[in-house]
Amino acid sequence: MNKKKIRCYLATAGGVIAGFFIFVIPFWFMLVNALKDRKEANRLSIAFPESIRLENFTEVIREQNYMLLRAYKNSFILAFFAIILLILFSSMAGYVLQRRSDRKMSVANALILAGLMVPPAIMPTIWVLQALKLYKTMPGMVLIEVALHTPFTVMLYRGFMSSIPVELEDASYIDGCSGWKTFWTVVFPLLKPVSATVTILNAVSVFNDFMNPLYFLPGSKNVTLQLTLYSFIGQFSSSYNLLFADVILIVLPMLILFFLLNDRIVEGMTAGAVKG
Amino acid sequence: MRQKKRYSGWFMAPTMVIFITLFILPLVISFYFSLTVWSFTDVTFVGLENFKMFLKDRALSHSLVNTFVYSFMTCGVKVVLGFFLAVYLTSHIKLKRTLRSVVFFPHLVSSVAVGITFTALMHPSRGLINKVIQFFGGPSVNWLGDPSIALFSIIGTDVWKGLGVATVIFISGIQAIDRTYYEAAEVDGARGLQILRYITMPLCRPAMNSVIILALVSGMKSFDLIKAMTEGGPGTATEVIALSVYKQFAAGYYGLSTAGNVIMLVVIGLIAYPLQKFLISRED
Repeated sequence: MNKKKIRCYLATAGGVIAGFFIFVIPFWFMLVNALKDRKEANRLSIAFPESIRLENFTEVIREQNYMLLRAYKNSFILAFFAIILLILFSSMAGYVLQRRSDRKMSVANALILAGLMVPPAIMPTIWVLQALKLYKTMPGMVLIEVALHTPFTVMLYRGFMSSIPVELEDASYIDGCSGWKTFWTVVFPLLKPVSATVTILNAVSVFNDFMNPLYFLPGSKNVTLQLTLYSFIGQFSSSYNLLFADVILIVLPMLILFFLLNDRIVEGMTAGAVKG
Repeated sequence: MRQKKRYSGWFMAPTMVIFITLFILPLVISFYFSLTVWSFTDVTFVGLENFKMFLKDRALSHSLVNTFVYSFMTCGVKVVLGFFLAVYLTSHIKLKRTLRSVVFFPHLVSSVAVGITFTALMHPSRGLINKVIQFFGGPSVNWLGDPSIALFSIIGTDVWKGLGVATVIFISGIQAIDRTYYEAAEVDGARGLQILRYITMPLCRPAMNSVIILALVSGMKSFDLIKAMTEGGPGTATEVIALSVYKQFAAGYYGLSTAGNVIMLVVIGLIAYPLQKFLISRED
């Protein structure tokens, strides 16, 4: 064995050990404590459970008249509609923003870019929502998520548009199609890779959103996942087994998504960050 | 002319209607409402009183200082650690993909869940972190209960959660560097650290700039993690602007809350925006 190979193995081993302690143990900690009984979980150790107690999960689900299931439903509805609207509207906007270069477009572009940095003004937004009779309603929340994710999504679409040749559109025009029809039949299908990235990244972000539902969608009827998790902190402060069972149930969708689509997520993150 | 006809402005309409009504418009009127005492129904103009209050009130001015400490520290640590981690993860090691996934995964977990887990890990008497310290003979630390430490404990948690994103961006920056630079440097006899200093670091500057801006801005807006871990306490030790905005809202001081929002906007505008201009101008 030569020196280089030994060094490579040593470096790998070092990374694996450090990664294990820093990144794996916290997840292990969540999981084992979700499987313990109350007394054992309250010791907050990372020991393997003495007996595995799956009832924690059913107990958490039944809590407050199946609040968790309602939250799942609401979060899915919220993410689903927000993403559909984002894909349809932002792809259209990104298309024109990239293809046209005049003053109107650069103003629109500057406005949208500002949205990447500027924090939303909460109170006035509530005021506007109230005026539109959308405050504390699911459609209002969907539109808020759309507005807040628009800058990032439009930038992704605009960035990708530049790789689609204009000549493809020319063919469609010669066949007598309108701009509208050309976009949906020729351009939009070619945007599939970004649409996939947009779906995943926005799903993660909407699912994990805590602050915006806290402001714009209070009340137990429309409760979302992160809000239930937050309300359980106080409620289960002396039964960590239930608290962590809840944590596991709420992290689960992201975990599944991650194992299915790991590369795509990472790719999208970088593309979005570097271009934005 | 042809351009305009083909790419009709109507394509922008749905996006712009939603974005302007629910983002730009509230932003614009926030400047007015920040100068008022306001309860949604009636408005009294008070001039700059709210801003004076923000600077005079101990809790509120403390939140400003904390926001700076929080955003600059999380940003600095993420940039440095993220860079070295990315160098490590692009070097000659095995299991690269697995290690990258492991570092990235915390980003997908919600801040509330991360907050709950680390609050438990940092428990003053039973927490795992203190047990490890005690095992090695150290004193146990009250991570979230000691006002002089609490903010840094949350900063640490934030770095744990956000490091993956910084690393992934750095990795893509490093991978985009042309291999021939490295070959040329090796031919010239450059050693490991020199290559790092004179090739890798300057050539992944665009990635570094993205990380700096992203981390700084998200640090200034941070809310979820702090709310889940300490609610701003003990006292005002971990209070940040976004949290003050929420607390004033919950207490019914809408004008004051809006003023907090405007301060956040101005701070980000005054720091992040020129910084980005500066960083981009240095890129080439």
